Amino acid sequence: MVVFEKPKALADVQLHYCPGCTHGIVHRLVAEVIDELGIEGRTIGIAPVGCSVMAYNYFNCDMIEAAHGRAPAVATGVKRSDPENNIVFTYQGDGDLASIGMAETVHAAARNENITIIFINNAIYGMTGGQMAPTSLPGQVTQTSPYGRDTDHCGFPIRVCEMLSTLEGPEYLERVTVNNVKAVKNAKKAIKKAFQNQLDGKGFSLVEVVSTCPTNWGMTPKKALEWIDEKMLPYYPLGVYKDRSAAKEEASK
Amino acid sequence: MSDKVLMKGNEAIAEAAIIAGCRHYFGYPITPQTEVAAYMAKKMPKIGGTFLQAESEIAAINMVYGVSSTGKRVMTSSSSPGISLKGEGISYLAGADLPALLINVQRGGPGLGGIQPSQSDYFQATKGTAHGDFHMIVLAPCSVQEMADLTVKGFDLADKYRMTTMILADGTMGQMMEPVSLDYEIAPPVEKPWATTGTKMERKHNIVNSLSLVPEELEKLNFERYERYKKIEETECMYEEYMMEDAEICVTAFGIAARVSKNAINEARKQGIKVGLIRPITLWPFPKAPYKAAAEKVKEVISVELNMGQMIEDVKLATECKVPVTLCNRAGGMIPSPEQVLEAIKKAAKGGTK
Repeated sequence: MVVFEKPKALADVQLHYCPGCTHGIVHRLVAEVIDELGIEGRTIGIAPVGCSVMAYNYFNCDMIEAAHGRAPAVATGVKRSDPENNIVFTYQGDGDLASIGMAETVHAAARNENITIIFINNAIYGMTGGQMAPTSLPGQVTQTSPYGRDTDHCGFPIRVCEMLSTLEGPEYLERVTVNNVKAVKNAKKAIKKAFQNQLDGKGFSLVEVVSTCPTNWGMTPKKALEWIDEKMLPYYPLGVYKDRSAAKEEASK
Repeated sequence: MSDKVLMKGNEAIAEAAIIAGCRHYFGYPITPQTEVAAYMAKKMPKIGGTFLQAESEIAAINMVYGVSSTGKRVMTSSSSPGISLKGEGISYLAGADLPALLINVQRGGPGLGGIQPSQSDYFQATKGTAHGDFHMIVLAPCSVQEMADLTVKGFDLADKYRMTTMILADGTMGQMMEPVSLDYEIAPPVEKPWATTGTKMERKHNIVNSLSLVPEELEKLNFERYERYKKIEETECMYEEYMMEDAEICVTAFGIAARVSKNAINEARKQGIKVGLIRPITLWPFPKAPYKAAAEKVKEVISVELNMGQMIEDVKLATECKVPVTLCNRAGGMIPSPEQVLEAIKKAAKGGTK
């Protein structure tokens, strides 16, 4: 009897991620959801620039590699080319989504583009070696904020879910994390909902996953998981920031 | 003969694109190409197509990238400053070998420049659109009819060679009205087995990508792409020759500058000066053959341009510097008059720059 196996939507290759990085967990969750919804054959994923740039090798569905930050615009094109069939998701990090690609993110949300975005927020640029991200915490030491992020000098980190929740457009915004078993289960629920919303034609669904970067945080994997609870979650509280359908249901009760 | 309709150049491009099977258009407002977007905004919803006004030129070109990845015909249009913004996406389209049609209705620059006609994006279009080794096919219309014809041709070339075709027009071409015939036989769609349309669980996944971290492999991709470019240079050059048979002076110009030049040539001929015109229609690939031939028989080549002298560099290379090549130009949104070109022709006839 098989008790544990790789999701079918996840390619049978070795991932390149560092030990303790949570990309692997989130990749798996996305693949499990694709399997459970039976949509691999009609799913097109958009990989970002950053650590998950090579996600195009890790999923068995069709994949496109986008320019830095442009994944929501590319996804818009893919979705609009065949809205009845194509299930489109982007997988983006914080530098990609919240800095260079902020305009694409905000406007895809404002249009309620019927796509799913998996947003990995680990408060740092990983691939390029640990520079300050738009989500780096006040005081956080990075390669480009060696004395700690000075908010007088370079401003405050951006809370993406809260900001997008001020728009009329988006259907669903939730922030989750994956630093313990319960959190992982909850993250999967959110990711599944974000894909189901697209299947139901409900529109823009974004799941922000508060994630780790032990290598560039300069921590052991275990310490990095603890750091999420200690530092990240107080600034980035978990929860549902928008769920238009649920709100409508609530209102009609 | 089919019926002709009176259309603006920008509208002719839009209608020809629809006839060519394009059902997806993404753009961002900029003068002087807005009629393309306005036409698409009206027409696309009526024929089951997509018109979407993007949040920026950058977003628009990436939406183009998305649709092109799925194998469908797609286009965007803009004017000079907007094309600069699209540069990033154009490079990615080249790196991923994706077909698309781009329209540049040029205006004067640099910077915000002006909104009057210009040809000052010749370098950008033919040589330096963005980072990396790549080319676009660049087509230069000189009538409203050609705006339409080259749009249809541009889609075919893009699909055939899996690359971007640019229509390099200018403000006059976009704004002028002329009768056009839109009677085309549209070739059947090209097979695109590489497209990301969903595996349907019937094949291995397709990946559209421009990343290649192993230098040996990236080099190979570049060499392969340039093999394709070589084939295009050998087979796809287009140009028009006008009164070149007995010409002793050669004027060369593209787009609106060629129309002005024809007027000047007609006048010069009346005055007994043997002068002709070479008008490149493909700016990349640049048609070298007629220049090489002209260099054997004319005493001067005059390059008429709406810029500070850009095509002239290719003309000098194509004539292998066998004859003097001089510039007759206006810039910043100004257009040379037929009189200015005639003066240049007369000067050359008298012995000119020699």
